Amino acid sequence: MAMLHIVNQSPFERDSLASCLTLSLPGAGILLIEDAVVAVRTGSRVAEDLLAAMTDRHIYALGPDLDARGIARDTILPGIRCVDYAGFVQLTTEHNTLQSWL
Amino acid sequence: MKFGIMVNTGPYTHQAAHTAYQFTRAALASGHEIYRVFFYHDGVHNASRLTVPPQDENNLIQQWSDLADAHNLDLVVCVAAAQRRGLLDAETAARHGKDAHNLAPGFRISGLGQLVEAGIEADRLLVFGD
Repeated sequence: MAMLHIVNQSPFERDSLASCLTLSLPGAGILLIEDAVVAVRTGSRVAEDLLAAMTDRHIYALGPDLDARGIARDTILPGIRCVDYAGFVQLTTEHNTLQSWL
Repeated sequence: MKFGIMVNTGPYTHQAAHTAYQFTRAALASGHEIYRVFFYHDGVHNASRLTVPPQDENNLIQQWSDLADAHNLDLVVCVAAAQRRGLLDAETAARHGKDAHNLAPGFRISGLGQLVEAGIEADRLLVFGD
């Protein structure tokens, strides 16, 4: 089982998402929570990087954090999977190591 | 599965404190075990029983206390981080000659060894911070 990377910072404030995309390995999962969910909007400055990463990694976004920021599901990049907190828990069980990018 | 949770931010500084609580609740609801929740750095502010948020707002400290009561959680506050920030239990307050203590019900104060132990004993250690 691969690593689950958890990113919680906006890519427009810090470079933790960029570092994560650079260093994560094929097969890894990347879960965007809190302010990091703003990355997944279609046309965002990091959209191309996320689409490129999705060729060999799974990218998830925490639904309640999208809702809290008014980001509608039909405005996010195709291929991003939305999970709730139960889904967040499940992702942490399906990956054998976790890395929080703080 | 056994989870260790580490909380590094206070309730009014960053969303991470709330995310940690929501994750812990969801893990319990899914039938998992929370081996320990360790509060470090500004995370110790989650354990002050003297916080009085407006009644129509979430009271995260109370929510942690209630969750600990309902599920017999081990909520551990780092002693060094706590003392620096004025978060004291009765024993520590007495030892330092302070006239008050503010550790909320369900929390206990201990050392970093408790975090290391959680890392060893839990299947997953999850860090929430800024």
